[in-house]
Amino acid sequence: MMNLLVIFVALPLFAAFALPVIGRLLRRGFDILSVIVTASLSACALYIIFNPPVFPLVYSMGSWQAPFGITWLLDPLSAFMLIAVNVITFFVTVYSVNYMEQYTGKWKYYCLLMLMLAGLNGVVLSADIFNLYVFLEIVAISSYALVAFGTEAEEVEASFKYMILGSIASAFILIGIGFLYAKTSTLNMFDMADALSKSALNSRLLIFVSALFITGFGLKSALVPFHAWLPDAHPSAPAPISAMLSGLVIKTIGIYALARIFFNVFGINSVTSELLLALGGVSMFVGVILAIGQWDFKRLLAYHSISQIGYVVCGIALGTPLGIAGGIFHLLNHSVFKSLLFLNAGSVEYATGTRDLKKSGNLQESMPHTSWTSLVASLSIAGVPPFCGFWSKLVIIIALFQANRPFYAALAILVGLITLGSFLKIQKYVFYRKIKEKFLRIKEAPVFMRLSMMGLAVLCLVIGIFFKPFFGKIIMPAAETLRAGREYFIMILGG
Amino acid sequence: MNGMSLIVKRVTRYTVGLILLYGLYIVLHGHLTPGGGFAGGVIIALSFIHFVLAFGREEARKSVPERLLFLGESLGAIFFLAIGLLGITAGFFFLNFIAGAGTPFRLFSAGTIPFCNIAIGIKVGTGLFSIFIALSVFKLAREEGKK
Amino acid sequence: MIIFIMDIALFLTGFYALLMKRNLIKKVIGFGIMEYAVNLFLILVGYRKGAEAPILSGKITDVLFVDPLPQALILTSIVIGLGVTALMVALCIRLYQRYGTFDIAEIRRLRG
Repeated sequence: MMNLLVIFVALPLFAAFALPVIGRLLRRGFDILSVIVTASLSACALYIIFNPPVFPLVYSMGSWQAPFGITWLLDPLSAFMLIAVNVITFFVTVYSVNYMEQYTGKWKYYCLLMLMLAGLNGVVLSADIFNLYVFLEIVAISSYALVAFGTEAEEVEASFKYMILGSIASAFILIGIGFLYAKTSTLNMFDMADALSKSALNSRLLIFVSALFITGFGLKSALVPFHAWLPDAHPSAPAPISAMLSGLVIKTIGIYALARIFFNVFGINSVTSELLLALGGVSMFVGVILAIGQWDFKRLLAYHSISQIGYVVCGIALGTPLGIAGGIFHLLNHSVFKSLLFLNAGSVEYATGTRDLKKSGNLQESMPHTSWTSLVASLSIAGVPPFCGFWSKLVIIIALFQANRPFYAALAILVGLITLGSFLKIQKYVFYRKIKEKFLRIKEAPVFMRLSMMGLAVLCLVIGIFFKPFFGKIIMPAAETLRAGREYFIMILGG
Repeated sequence: MNGMSLIVKRVTRYTVGLILLYGLYIVLHGHLTPGGGFAGGVIIALSFIHFVLAFGREEARKSVPERLLFLGESLGAIFFLAIGLLGITAGFFFLNFIAGAGTPFRLFSAGTIPFCNIAIGIKVGTGLFSIFIALSVFKLAREEGKK
Repeated sequence: MIIFIMDIALFLTGFYALLMKRNLIKKVIGFGIMEYAVNLFLILVGYRKGAEAPILSGKITDVLFVDPLPQALILTSIVIGLGVTALMVALCIRLYQRYGTFDIAEIRRLRG
């Protein structure tokens, strides 16, 4: 069981380098190999959730124990993020079997996708702060290359903008790590929590490092005012990569890393909590207001991503058990339905060749699968029962009321209503409108794209219906590890 | 891309081998002196680039075929991962399972570390040279597009 | 202390070049300077007064060494910086092919 953890990083890395050599031997060898790798990783992640070992599980690389060596941590939060990462990557890989036929050099796409998957798994599992930085850089570099995959003019421009802002963020994070190492002279997160708890809580160095980390990780997760790269990068990428970026990357290297460091290593205090709550509230509002005037399908979805990430940060920044649980649950739900929405947008673009809302219409008859899954995802993001989005938004709003912040709760409800209006607009313009010049010969999307979209829609429904056992068994233990804060890591160091 | 003058070509014939040898020395002695896989790999790549700069791309293409670069990159990374995965047989990932098999401060010591250095040296050497070739191909296409 | 201030000045120089210069290649150079400044800061964290380079040689045993861990960290960081720089330069070449200019004020097709 202990050695199973290694598979999550070693197998995609092995596949990324062996794919060009081995994949040429079979016909369609690249597709088969990538789908097998992601399917087996999802099976491993599901096995960990349904047969949980004794948490927390600490794995030391090369048997060098903490604080000398690099350790990996498997606790309920990591297991939960592993499911989110691997299952959604599996669906995206199945989708891209058909979608990436439009691009040349499909094997390069699969290599970069496997590298990104290895990096995402590594960020989630790592319990050593420099190891987290290295895997974060692997994810960032492969995402810069994947956004520019089509090498048309707009894609390269968007990728360059993303690359400049992303490298500034990485530089800030590295300076923060340098300061932390100077203060605590260790890189292991357990040891760092122990060393930081023995010094003064509000020392100036800690405030400076917190500011650096909020800037760095906030830029990676597209909080306002660091969101400038997202509306350019997400629409220009190929559709499965937009789904991966918006559904996984900004959450794992942005919000998961932020939560892990701020809750478990620094210990959350009221100043940080207020600041993150304010940033989350502004993100919610600005994202949705900017999305109202958009007529490009994927750009609208990208602005809605900013707004939903604001929900997640508001939930997590509260610090109460219900708030953190709501935030984490909304993180998973957003991964599922936002990926599904981006895959739908890609399917519409594959069939009709345009992303403009004003030019498309009447796709309900010619693309029924895309239309029904898009309806499921839109109702989910708007928060309509019994889909999954309703439960997570409800939990966040209840937690905001309970923590005595009626302003943020009212803002969340208002933003939810505007989101509903925005997605009804998409449904009307793309699928249900009768236009004079009909699109001739519009066929439904090919079989693998349909399968993956239906799989994600079923997942939306299942999480919504079986909400209670899911919440109790998986989400609440994960929220508990964050709420326990610094003491949790000090306990792991001792035990 | 054309080569340089006759004097440069004559001197390069001698220095390419020396630079390659120096790079291999840094890779192999990575556990004793500063350097190791990455620094040695960069110097190996430099020797190839030195060759291309002096002789021109057509000549270099005959000596270093592109299949070899491609294979070198993939095999270097797979070899490194395989060393790590072999550590599982002794308990943990990346465990140094043949440490203590030699005497310290000699060339044959420190377990799996020299093998890791060799794998990284091959990968970095071929990888950097591939980046150089890829970037110079763009220049060629743009010049032809203008004419 | 003075060397930390010089390091911060180097970082701010690179940051200024990355943000304010209009030519794409100057932005890449600014990123390179910024990367070097951050690596230098990490090495300076590990310095001890009057210490030797941390290489064991089997003869001398009782000597003060500087901290070797940040040196391993910056090796990794230099490799990452190399990867990002190579990708940036490749993107600059592609941008020149598509737009015909290196000036960032003209490369603004994405709006809204």
